[in-house]
Amino acid sequence: MSLTHQHSPVAKLEQRTVVDIIAKGKRLDERGTQDYRPLTITLGIIEKANGSAQVYLGKTKVVAGVKVEIGTPFQDTPNEGILTVNAEFVPMASPTFEAGPPDENSIELARVVDRGIRESKAIDLSKLCIDPGKKVFMVFVDIYILDHDGNLIDAAGMAALGALVSAKMHEFDVKNGAPVFKDKIMPLPMKNYPIAITATKIENSIILDPSLEEEQVMTCRLTVTTDKDDRVVAMQKGGLGVLTPDEAKQIVSTAISKSRDLRSKILSKVN
Amino acid sequence: MEEVRLLDKNGLRVDGRRLDELRPLKLEVGILDKADGSAYIEHGKNKILAAVYGPREAQPRHIALADRAVLRCRYHMAPFSTEERKSPAPSRRELELSKVIREALEPSIMSEYFPRATIDIFIEVLQADAGTRCAGITAASLALADAGIPMRELVAGCAAGKVEGKVVLDLSDLEDKKGDADLPVAFMPKSNVIGLLQMDGSMTEDEFKQALDMAVDACRRIYEMQREALRQKYHLVKEESEAKEEAPAPEVKQ
Repeated sequence: MSLTHQHSPVAKLEQRTVVDIIAKGKRLDERGTQDYRPLTITLGIIEKANGSAQVYLGKTKVVAGVKVEIGTPFQDTPNEGILTVNAEFVPMASPTFEAGPPDENSIELARVVDRGIRESKAIDLSKLCIDPGKKVFMVFVDIYILDHDGNLIDAAGMAALGALVSAKMHEFDVKNGAPVFKDKIMPLPMKNYPIAITATKIENSIILDPSLEEEQVMTCRLTVTTDKDDRVVAMQKGGLGVLTPDEAKQIVSTAISKSRDLRSKILSKVN
Repeated sequence: MEEVRLLDKNGLRVDGRRLDELRPLKLEVGILDKADGSAYIEHGKNKILAAVYGPREAQPRHIALADRAVLRCRYHMAPFSTEERKSPAPSRRELELSKVIREALEPSIMSEYFPRATIDIFIEVLQADAGTRCAGITAASLALADAGIPMRELVAGCAAGKVEGKVVLDLSDLEDKKGDADLPVAFMPKSNVIGLLQMDGSMTEDEFKQALDMAVDACRRIYEMQREALRQKYHLVKEESEAKEEAPAPEVKQ
């Protein structure tokens, strides 16, 4: 069952400071309202994974790993590989994270990232079929939140995309319904590159890439995932507040233009 | 795979609807005896019950908040609600939907009136036919009103989407599965604000704007139906009480 969370333990005075400064069109760390914090992406940091990426977004740290394994396809898509996205909010990342089964926040994050990858058809799953109806490749994307300083969805989305574009697997032939791997290495069959942009509403201002202290005073957020052709592929509103239809339209427009920079930044890392 | 046509040559949809036409809706308020508030919705082939308990003392005590009620929400699908049996254990989808539904309803509730209490919302999907989260919100908002919980406004839910390149309202099950995009929206018409907004599929910016306007407009229509459903129930209650008042007083035996 989903329930209202405890308020963030931020002093009222500090909350007021954050809200007031944003109302003036400024931010505590002197960024512009639409600016991202410094972004560092490192691909291939985990040798044992097929693909991996580490994203530092300001002080937020996220690692994603891709593992490719063999499994049984779903009945309704016998000719397609399987994509699974999971997120772990590990307890070291924040005083508010606890060990245990995934809670609604990590499930929501994983499902939002999953929707972006799935709906943009980022992976050509038809190329991951081994024996129709019996055997296919399964792509597992596991997202690890290591340090939570706000805007986890965007950081996780970029880490997942980075891990996917860096992922390698052996080329294969199919003999008697089983894959025979060759020595030659190939990338995952990627067709598209989704980027999630989350806009956060604080009182009546809309900012991008909130830090944790900004997130703690937010009214609500709206994540918009767009693909390489500027099409919207996934959206998710979160938080207890509300948006007007005009604000939602404005955020979509912002997300489309902002996503181009971030996408090219990730793709430039692929050699 | 067999090609499924979702629009015919006249531009009508598989169930004969126009692009911006809602499926038939039926709303009933106060249909459960034990719950403090309840409502039932039929939206297309969706059959959904919503019940509200509370405000009541928060249990376990540690979840209580000092300045407002805790809102708890459970969205659940019955095992027999879908083509193939659904496991009764809550899926990741149901956990996510419970969260976004709570976040859609919470802004409408004056929870600051009930510190240390909980308000529990239960949504049971008895039969699913696309758009269950929106129909669930429409019903749950009525159940909250039926429970007498102070609210800023009713919340209405409706999805828009895209099939065969055309923006359409209120996707049916087939359109949801074979279509190009789905955009569920929950909206409060008087304050002109959105409480729930999700999307999956593929849309251009213009298509999104068009779909959002269509869904918002449908929510306004559903909102009127919600008011009518409340009026139906409480109008009858009022008539009954008036009838009692008008009845001649029983004769007192001397």
